[in-house]
Amino acid sequence: MPSNFQIKGIREGLLVSLGEGTWPELQETLMIHIHEQENFFKGAHVALDVGNLILHAAEMGSLRDRLSDQGISLWALISNSPTTEQNAQMLGLATRLSTPKPERSVRTLDTNLTTGENAVLVQRTLRSGYKLSSKGHVIVIGDVNPGAEIIASGSVVIWGKLRGVVHAGAEGDEHAIVCALDLAPTQLRIADKIAIPPQRKGKSQPEIAHIQDNQVTAVSWNPKVK
Amino acid sequence: MPKVVTISSGKGGVGKTTTTANLAVALAQNNQKVVCIDGDIGLRNLDVVLGLENRIVYDLVDIVEGRCRMRQAMIRDKRLPELFLIPAAQTRDKSAVSPSDMVRLCDELRPDFDWILIDSPAGIERGFRNALAPADMVVVVTNPEVSAVRDADRVIGLVEAEEKGPAKLIINRINPVLVRRGDMLNSEDVLELLAVELIGIVPEDENVIVSSNRGQPVSLDGKTRAGQAFQNIARRLMGETIPFLDLEARDGFFGRLTRFLRPGGK
Repeated sequence: MPSNFQIKGIREGLLVSLGEGTWPELQETLMIHIHEQENFFKGAHVALDVGNLILHAAEMGSLRDRLSDQGISLWALISNSPTTEQNAQMLGLATRLSTPKPERSVRTLDTNLTTGENAVLVQRTLRSGYKLSSKGHVIVIGDVNPGAEIIASGSVVIWGKLRGVVHAGAEGDEHAIVCALDLAPTQLRIADKIAIPPQRKGKSQPEIAHIQDNQVTAVSWNPKVK
Repeated sequence: MPKVVTISSGKGGVGKTTTTANLAVALAQNNQKVVCIDGDIGLRNLDVVLGLENRIVYDLVDIVEGRCRMRQAMIRDKRLPELFLIPAAQTRDKSAVSPSDMVRLCDELRPDFDWILIDSPAGIERGFRNALAPADMVVVVTNPEVSAVRDADRVIGLVEAEEKGPAKLIINRINPVLVRRGDMLNSEDVLELLAVELIGIVPEDENVIVSSNRGQPVSLDGKTRAGQAFQNIARRLMGETIPFLDLEARDGFFGRLTRFLRPGGK
């Protein structure tokens, strides 16, 4: 069996490197792997690295059809040979991964996620569309913009403006709190209580929200009053 | 220095195409070699705004699919010989081009141009990914409206996630009268939320609509306020430090008088 067969998870799906060998050999190896791990491959989005091999469009096309019979979609063909690249393009296959360096494709958001005692620390602004779920507490140093969502089993502390949606005590902890330098969320949930804060008039100030008398209440944070 | 600049917004109708056309014109007027690429396959209109619609023979998809050479699809603007357009296909859709096609295309254009401006389609799907892939810099256009700002925020987040950030911001269609009355978000409100570098504020100006319809971008003639604003943005892109137009100052009696005396005055 040919050596150097490799499967790697990339942002766009799976990157399969076939290694050295002749085309029929390599193709068979690939199909064997697919049959062995049927569930793993099912529905996969696959990019194929064929190395130096020169392939014709028909060969690629038939492979693509065989793969699609297995529920696998071949979207890219990576090759060192310009001829193969050209043929792949004729079939409408991509010939480069959109990220030039595959090792970078494991998507690291530059969040400084520090796991400590059941808490995550996020040092950036959470923008619209960003969703953060955590089993513990969440601390954000930055703003939480409208459209962003934080769901935490514990409490949520925002060192910045809270404009998005926060659900603290998501697993039912009624003692969870939410506090922010400027507490103006779109919606605030603690445990199973939902609150829509009123439009604030006047200057913003740090506030802490918690459950009191069965409803979410926000009080301004004043260290002098205990 | 960035070369490939993608103009995006998330929301539609905020002025991406107008901005792309005007920046391209303004850069070309500063003796820069500019090519703009319409990324909105299936709903092209950069060609219309630039007034080059009738000269389209080949388009972006033709290049990508190898039906023509790059040069054949590039339309040279007769008014500004340093300005080129690569139009989008109208009969296909976004999936006709892949992000890697766009990277390859721009790599081929880089040696010959000072600026490659890509007009991104609205949305955050394939077309947006295509436009984003080759970018060195992303300019996000927004209006002073809550919905547009929300979408801009999402796009800025996506740009950051793709490691293309931080995006730059243009606030388009600000209306000083409404802002003064407190009926419109002002640029500080928008900036406070988005927290990215502002590179231009473009006032609401009916000349923009008139000139877009004629295919003559406002910045061709820098006498209008919007045209002036776009020219300033172009010079900021080129690294100059230009103060922002003082929109508020013209709202007093004296300002209105000067505007009256110089119709369409800057």
